[in-house]
Amino acid sequence: MKNRLLNVVIAVAAITLCISSCKPKDLGSAVSGDAASKAYVAPGHYDEFYNFVSGGFSGQMSVYGLPSGRLLRVIPVFSVDPEKGWGYSEETKPMLNTSHGFVPWDDLHHVELSQTNGEVDGRWVFGNANNTPRVARIDLTTFRTAEIIELPNSAGNHSSPFITENTEYVVAGTRFSVPPDNDNGDVPINTYKENFKGHISFIAVDKETGHMSIAFQLRCPGVNFDLSHAGKGPSHGWFFFSCYNTEQANTLLEVNASQKDKDFIMAVNWKKAEEYVKAGKGKKVPVQYSHSLWDEKTHSGKSEMIKEVLVLDTKELTDICYMIPCPKSPHGCDVDPTGEYIVGSGKLAALIPVFSFTKLQEAIAKKDFDGVYEGINVVKYESALYGEVQKPGLGPLHTEFDANGNAYTSFFVSSEVVKWNIKDLKVLDRVPTYYSVGHLMVPGGDSRKPFGKYLVAYNKITKDRYLPTGPELSQSAQLFDISGDKMQLILDYPTIGEPHYAQAAPADLITKNQLKIFKMADNGHPYFTNGEKEAKVVREGNKVHVYMTTIRSHFSPDNIEGIKMGDDVYFHVTNLEQDWDVPHGFAIKGAVNAELLIMPGETMTLRWTPDKVGIFPFYCTDFCSALHQEMQGYLRVSPANSNVPLTSSLGGQASGSAEVN
Amino acid sequence: MKQLFILFCFISLIMACGGKATDTKSGTNPYASTEPAATTNPTYDPNRGIGKWTPENLALTANLDAAMADSGLKVREVKCASCHKISGEKLVGPGWKGVTQRRKPEWIMNFITNPDPMISKDPAVQAQLELCLVRMPNQNLSDVEARQILEFMRKNDGVQ
Repeated sequence: MKNRLLNVVIAVAAITLCISSCKPKDLGSAVSGDAASKAYVAPGHYDEFYNFVSGGFSGQMSVYGLPSGRLLRVIPVFSVDPEKGWGYSEETKPMLNTSHGFVPWDDLHHVELSQTNGEVDGRWVFGNANNTPRVARIDLTTFRTAEIIELPNSAGNHSSPFITENTEYVVAGTRFSVPPDNDNGDVPINTYKENFKGHISFIAVDKETGHMSIAFQLRCPGVNFDLSHAGKGPSHGWFFFSCYNTEQANTLLEVNASQKDKDFIMAVNWKKAEEYVKAGKGKKVPVQYSHSLWDEKTHSGKSEMIKEVLVLDTKELTDICYMIPCPKSPHGCDVDPTGEYIVGSGKLAALIPVFSFTKLQEAIAKKDFDGVYEGINVVKYESALYGEVQKPGLGPLHTEFDANGNAYTSFFVSSEVVKWNIKDLKVLDRVPTYYSVGHLMVPGGDSRKPFGKYLVAYNKITKDRYLPTGPELSQSAQLFDISGDKMQLILDYPTIGEPHYAQAAPADLITKNQLKIFKMADNGHPYFTNGEKEAKVVREGNKVHVYMTTIRSHFSPDNIEGIKMGDDVYFHVTNLEQDWDVPHGFAIKGAVNAELLIMPGETMTLRWTPDKVGIFPFYCTDFCSALHQEMQGYLRVSPANSNVPLTSSLGGQASGSAEVN
Repeated sequence: MKQLFILFCFISLIMACGGKATDTKSGTNPYASTEPAATTNPTYDPNRGIGKWTPENLALTANLDAAMADSGLKVREVKCASCHKISGEKLVGPGWKGVTQRRKPEWIMNFITNPDPMISKDPAVQAQLELCLVRMPNQNLSDVEARQILEFMRKNDGVQ
């Protein structure tokens, strides 16, 4: 009897489960029946979109395929990567140079794809370093970091690397206001209000080469600049920055920066700023910041220190910036595809204000101001407001758009994504996320031409979504199909680091430009070995340069003798392959740095200092052929006073050796 | 009883929620091989191989172009010498001595500019692969470089 009762209870529970399974809103683990086929990409087939995702505190940028959620690559950017030799090879070390010296780690917060006419063009993707303020440009023909520029007068580069609609500028706004670099920074912290400033950098991007240079900085009040987005279409020429801590607190910000009912979105008329620059109103300020550039011909990075930056003071030039009041510590600051609507997301608010660019312009023209904040005119809230989305959820963070006039806003506190109509401000749909979503991403969702179709929620909390892996869990992303009226969850997948913002572009935009090999004929590396015939060892005092080649499956030379204690050995390894996807690796016992991974036609250098007398094997780390296991060599280290001559060979044939000096 | 109920539930779940299958969301794969994987192909010409070169467009002269052969030697040193000796001795791949007598010139040109499809199809190359066990890499030779190498091979085989 008892057993039968139990059976009935179980059966009822099972039926309930079955019924509720069809309502994914009510049950986190359930998705509707065709989800798998929507996210399925058959073996050997390509994804529809490349998805560039910030690696957060990993400092790197990851690349996923959508809709499969497959990880395609992790691009090393601001953190060293021993796997790829990034930051360890002699060529890549300058890329991580800063005014503080070599910095091996950073926190890559946001990513932005380059645009032409407000549309994603697939040329470059930018990323920002939050800790030691920098912006990086990644070349999408090689998927490598091509350039990194440091930002003076800045700290916590957070509202970055957002771009104008023709990639004229990448911006970088400082989250942690600080005393300007050239001022005496040795001041009491509680003099924040007098001494701390927020600088916003406008980094010009060369149309052809992509090369970055700081065109000018705006000196702004000391607040926390959080996120930003450029105007587009009619609002092209303006940039919008969310700011919080307009209370200018310097301690316990959790409480002290949450005092005011409204903080601001700062509207910046950057075309006006350009006029002032032309008119010579900028001040050249002595500073120090690094600029690192990768040269694909020499396969090497170079870093230079720049000593000056042009600064415009917004307290004196009062028609560049205007403050728009925005409720409760705004985070997201997003401009819709038409360029008319600016959506502020107050992370402690329970409504979403939508501002109108047209109304903002009218208010500025009529001087419809509500006082002045630190020298900057404050536009009346109502005068700039188009309307508010009422009761959308709790804690709006960030908004992306589709091509049909809809907006999608993430809600951290109520852990959901809400779809609403921009024109009538009505909520259309809501879906839960697992858990506590931060940023969202719709392919092209911050451009003039969103590609739509998918939405990815990057969640801050993972908890029970995957098999547990101890106290530390990977982050959780969730893919939604947004092609219908209702958002449909179709895939959950883990991500590296902590993704903040992301971008996506149709695969075709990027695949067509892919570089498969570096042409040997173009190799301009100073230690390039043009074929095995040129392989050699050269001693310059206690420096020994090994001109080494790799091809399936041997090194040349693979026997080296005459290295002595006290020597510094530089292995300059040229990969002679000229075929796609045939890298060779190089590693030597006892190396205190990393390996090299050398792409076809490329030359890379590993510095190695012997720490004892003896025989040191080296080998290829990247499986290259059926005889990969045979791809190895030996290096003999003798005492400092030894007279073993410097020689190198392959298969008993001596390669060149020379003594210079 | 319990099992029956659960089974019933799963069936209704599948019926209730199973939407119609949609196409996979795959994009086009521009790098996918267009060559069929089959190794036997009745149209395969083992004297010519696969590629753009024919006796007609190659138009070899009986005499050696010495300057072209010298250029071929330079290309060889960068892109070929790691694996091939000019004698008949095998290094990673077979030595070059006599190759122009063993193979038609258009076969050589096709093989060195288009190795992968021929490694998959050519019976002689497959027999060679069993000996060497390393697939000859595509060294991305230009047409001019390939022609120069052929001229060097001819010189190496005694063409005057």
